[in-house]
Formats: sequence, structure tokens, C-alpha cells
Amino acid sequence: MDETTLQLIDRAVNDQPQSTVTVLSSLLAVEDAIGYIPTEAAEAVAARMDATVNDVWAVATFYPNFRFDPPTDLRVEVCWGPSCHVMGATAVIAAAQEAMGLSDEGDTPDGKATLRYNTCLGACAHAPVMAINHHLAGRITPDSARSKIAEALATNSAH
Amino acid sequence: MTVQTESPFTAILQEARRRWDSLTAGDHPWIRIGTGLAGEAAGGFEVVAAVKVALDQHQVTANVSEVGTLGLCFAEPLLDVQAPNGPRVFYSRVTPELAERIVREHVAGGNPLTEHAIGYLGERGQAPSGIPHLEDHPMMALQQRVALRNAGHIDPSDLYQYVANGGYSALNKALTEMTAEDTLGEVRTSGLRGRGGAAFPAGVKWGFLAGNPDPNKYILCNCEEGDPGAFNDRGIMESDPATVVEGITIAGYACNANRGYIFIRHGHNQPIDRTRAVIEQAYDLGLLGQNILGTDFSFDLEVALTGDSYVSGEETALMEAIEGKRSMPRYRPPFPAQVGVFGRPSNINNVKTLAYVPEIVARGGAWFAGIGTQPDRDNGINGSSGTAILCLSGDITYTGLIEVPLGMTLRQILFDMAGGVPNGKAMKVLQTGGPLGGVLSASDANLDLVLDFDVFRAAGAILGSGGIIVADEDTCVVDLTRNLIAFCQYESCGKCFPCRMGMSHLLEVLERISNLEGTEEDLSLMRNIGENMQAGSLCGHGQLGFNPVSSALRYFGHEFDAHIREKRHTGDCPDQVFSPRLTRR
Repeated sequence: MDETTLQLIDRAVNDQPQSTVTVLSSLLAVEDAIGYIPTEAAEAVAARMDATVNDVWAVATFYPNFRFDPPTDLRVEVCWGPSCHVMGATAVIAAAQEAMGLSDEGDTPDGKATLRYNTCLGACAHAPVMAINHHLAGRITPDSARSKIAEALATNSAH
Repeated sequence: MTVQTESPFTAILQEARRRWDSLTAGDHPWIRIGTGLAGEAAGGFEVVAAVKVALDQHQVTANVSEVGTLGLCFAEPLLDVQAPNGPRVFYSRVTPELAERIVREHVAGGNPLTEHAIGYLGERGQAPSGIPHLEDHPMMALQQRVALRNAGHIDPSDLYQYVANGGYSALNKALTEMTAEDTLGEVRTSGLRGRGGAAFPAGVKWGFLAGNPDPNKYILCNCEEGDPGAFNDRGIMESDPATVVEGITIAGYACNANRGYIFIRHGHNQPIDRTRAVIEQAYDLGLLGQNILGTDFSFDLEVALTGDSYVSGEETALMEAIEGKRSMPRYRPPFPAQVGVFGRPSNINNVKTLAYVPEIVARGGAWFAGIGTQPDRDNGINGSSGTAILCLSGDITYTGLIEVPLGMTLRQILFDMAGGVPNGKAMKVLQTGGPLGGVLSASDANLDLVLDFDVFRAAGAILGSGGIIVADEDTCVVDLTRNLIAFCQYESCGKCFPCRMGMSHLLEVLERISNLEGTEEDLSLMRNIGENMQAGSLCGHGQLGFNPVSSALRYFGHEFDAHIREKRHTGDCPDQVFSPRLTRR
């Protein structure tokens, strides 16, 4: 692991601004900083919290928002909660899979993008909802999902 | 002779009013843009950027604020322009292009774009002809906004704007004119019932904590709103977090507690950032921390974040998550009022419950008790005081967030206010109270249900979180029920096996029925699983987890029969279904 990432982990774990610092708050801080929880981070959290590495993994694996390998550059989330389901989320998910060459949620084979099903993105009044790199977009149709994903993939590979 | 010194609160209030006057009646117009979660999903941030570019381009000076949601989510992004001393003219579904035109023609040119305006707020008759008053919009006309009184009106990150609109007068009143017992008494008198789902009287619950002599006690505010279809807690926290911060502080005073947490899901940035901003300002102004407003009362408050976990909204699981653990419910007893977070006595309230508290203290508990339904104990009705804060989504003309007095009927809400189902379709299903709530038919009897905690419970539903998802005639109830159980299965924390295994088993059976492969025995099998979940689960997730199926069978049994006996679908069933693979380990 490179020095910069180790420093980011160290800062995330040891410079938390709030007064209540816990295993979970430390893991969330690492996720915010580098987008995943590597072994080194679990060890840093264990050291700071006076916990075992096992305790830290127990918490990290409970919450499905954590991932354990480096994130891709593009995170596409589609809501499958009941409001979105009623408004056609199933077709949106199918379109998103097609646009990304996937048959389920997960990373694309080229490691450039990730599709996640989300249980509620919080903008139910604009169902169906998707989020691209945490930016919400509502009233999505299969067509608009395909074009938004294609646009995001093109922007990303241009970088 | 006593010397009258200015109270600390008077100084804050004067500064707040000065700032508010300069925004509403100063030298420049004020532009407010909705950038809550609904505003964001509709493109609110793009509109903010476009407004700033256009102001530069046309060299006009205006104050620009991001606000939460007015509740008219269907019309987002909402943008309104207020000329000094003038009415607020609201534009709906604003695009970046329209935003540029509004800046050019209305803000710079003084000519409102009547054809794009949805309404105005302010003194009647003040606005240019052709623009209706926004309070005459069906979605607004029947509302009574207590907890949402500031939503969409003030910059949620600016505590002074909250104070200028009456904020913190309740805390000031409690600390300077009332004892802790008086304050608790007002909440008891109000009849306020918890808005998280269980509808337990808040005053009684606070009394449990107040009676505990421990010197370290906690007030917890639950904004872990995982219910799909319910966005009212996040709506309040992103539109007016200060009312909740003040409510918690008052609860702390009434219960003699000294610390508080507001618990929000990681990643919901508007609620988190805006709540943190007002907490910081409250500390700066002496409204939190040591010796609040110069009195003996001290209270500390911070935001705690959870990972993705629906069950962490359960009160004991929430305490586990605040302590940084896996959010699984604890055994009770001991109850939170004895042993809560970090082993200390704690009291947990939903966001909505606490959001009412400042107005209850300011106006008196009797005022709040006068709103809503009265007790009818012979019929099991305990009375539900105050308002309901409802989230309308699905197949309905006007989606959004509304606050209405309890006692109104679903028909008034869904037809008179929300405009019924669009495209001439018939309303078929009402899904209320989150995934653990019921699947009701849109029958005449159900549409005539009055909003009341006990009336809803008797009908097999929960008013609870306030989410109402409407589905039209094309919806297959078996498919919808499968979706609800897929959610419950995914979100089971796994601690109690009747819930963990039961949800998986129920989902398996419902998938079989959806695929027209179900058998007669499947109905009794599901009932058997449901009874075991109810009997053998620690928290509401397992105890109430069969509700979607039992209510669907009660109101739509014929659709299950059609799938099982006649092997036919009863609506637009998607031919593919998706459920997450990544789950709790």
C-alpha cells in the first residue's frame, strides 16, 4: 500500500472532529477518505479503539455500505424500494445492467464502474431514483438511465 | 431597585431580526432554491449554479439561499424570488435555462414570468395578476404546519433565520419561566404520541427518564429513516434542523439529561451537513454547551452516523450503533430509561416527535391537544393529538411532504390534496407506514379511514412513519408484497433466527407464487412462518415483518388465489426481479 493512502487512513482514523469516536465512526471516516476498508485500515481502527481486528471486521462486514477492495471510479446506484418499484425501478435496473454489461450488481469486468441496488435513496417523490457518484437523479426511465450511464462512462474514460 | 439587564436571548433575537429584515426588506432581492433530496433529484444544484452564473452575467446583486423542501416535491426544483418588501413568487420544475430567464426578466427586469409561476406567498393581492396564491394550491390548502412551519422558508444552515421566525423562544421560556416539571407537564398535557411507529405517549416516556436520578442521561433523536416511501424525518432535518435541535435541548431540560445524539444514516448529506451547521452555531450562541442562555442548565449535542442498516432505527439497535457496534437489538429489560447508550439512562424520540416540542412549549400543551382526534376509549381509541406528517409517493398526481391535522380522512388527502391517480387510472393499493406496515386496498372503507394511530392499527396498518405509497390498477399486489418482503429479508439484522430464516423463507414462497408455481399449502405455510416470526423475534422487524403479507392476504386474497389456482398474473408483473446479493455477514 502506498504512503499517501496510509497517511489518509491515519488522518481519517485519528483526526475525527466529533467527540464520540467509535469503531463504526472510524470505519465511516476511512470509507469517506479512500472509499474502502483495507486490512491496514482495520488495523489502524483496532489500534485507536483498543479493539481486536476481529471486532473491527465484525462491524465492517455487518454494514453493506463498506467495501473491501479499492472502489471503481463510477458508482451507479438504483433504488429498488417499494416507491421506486411501483414506479418502474425493475426496468431501470435492467437498463442499467445492460448499459454496464452486467447481469447483477457489482463491478464491471474492466473494473471501471460499480452498480449497486440501494434500498432507499430518499427522494421517493421523484421515483424511480438513481444516483451517479452520490448525485441523485429522479424520474428515471430505462432510456434516461442508459444515457446517463453512457455519459458518465464517457466522461470518466476521458480523464 | 433592580437593574434591568438585557437577557442573552434578547441580544440573539435582535441580531436575528436585523439579519432577516436585511434579507426580506433590504436592498436586494432574495432568491431561494430547494436543494433537499427531492430538489437534488430534480436538478436543484444545477439550478443554483445556473442562477449564480446568470447573476454574474447580468450584473445583478441578489441574496441566494439553498433551502430545504416546501413539501411540493412534485414541483421541484422550486425557486422563488422575493423583491424587497414584496411577495415571494414561486417557479416550479425550474431548469437551468428557465433559471437564467428568471434572473434576466424577473430579478433584473422586475417582470415575473407569470406563465411559469406556480404561486406566490405573502399578503393576498400583492402579486401580479394571473399568479394564484400558493396557499390556494390543493396540496397546501388543507395543511396545518407545526413541525414543517419553517420548511422551505428559511436557510436550514442558518440558526439566525430560525430565531428570527420564532425559534428558541420556547427554550428561553422553559429555562427562564418554567421548571423542568412544568416543561414535562406541558408535553404530557399535549397528548403528544411518539411518531416513530409505536405511538407511545411522549410525556410518559420522558417521565421514565426524568425519574431516574443518574447524573449522566442521554436524549437520542432517531433520524435513521430507512423506510422507503418515508422521507419526512430527512425532510425536516434538511429543511429545519434547528427545530429538532431546540426540541432535544428542551427534552434534556425536562428530563434533567445532559447529553444528546442525533442519529442519521451516513451518506445522507443534506440532513447531516445542515444539522451539524446549526449545532455549531448553537454552541457559538450559547444555546448548547455549558450554562445555556446564562442559566444552570448545560447540554451537549452531536450527530452520530450509522452505516446502512434499517434495523438500526430500532431503539436498542440504535444505541448499539452509536456505540459503534453491529446494530442489533438488545434484550429488554433493562429498558433504555434504566440502561441505555453507554450504559446510561436514555430516552429515544423520533425526529417528528421532537420537532413539535418547541411549539408545544411556546403555545402550551392544551393548544396541541386541541388539534387531532379525541379519545373514544370504549372503542379502543386513545386519541391522537396534533398533526400527521405524511410522505406521498407512487402513482399520485402531487407527490411530496405534507402536514395535516390528525382526523382527516385518507380520501381528503389522496384526492382533495394530492389530486388522485394520474392518467385516469384507478387507485388500487395504499402501502402505509413503511415496509413493515400494511398493504391496504383503496376501497371506500379504507379511504374513509381517519388519520388516527388506533384506527389505523385496527385496520391492519400502521400510520407510523407517515409514508403512503399509492399504486394504481396496473400494480400486481403479489409482486408488491414480494418486493416488501425482499426489503425486510435484506434488512433483517440476523440476530433472531425466526426473523432471519423466516424472511428468507417468506421471500422464497412469494417468489414461487409470483412465478405462478405456488400451491394451496403455501398460504398456510406463510401464516405459520409469520406466527413464528412474531413470537420469536426481539424487535419490530420480525414481530411486524409478516404485516405486508397478512394485510395483502386480508385485502387482496383473490390475487393470491389467481396466482395459485388460476395460474394468472393480476397486473403488470415484471418478468425479472432484482434483490441485492451483498448482504450482512
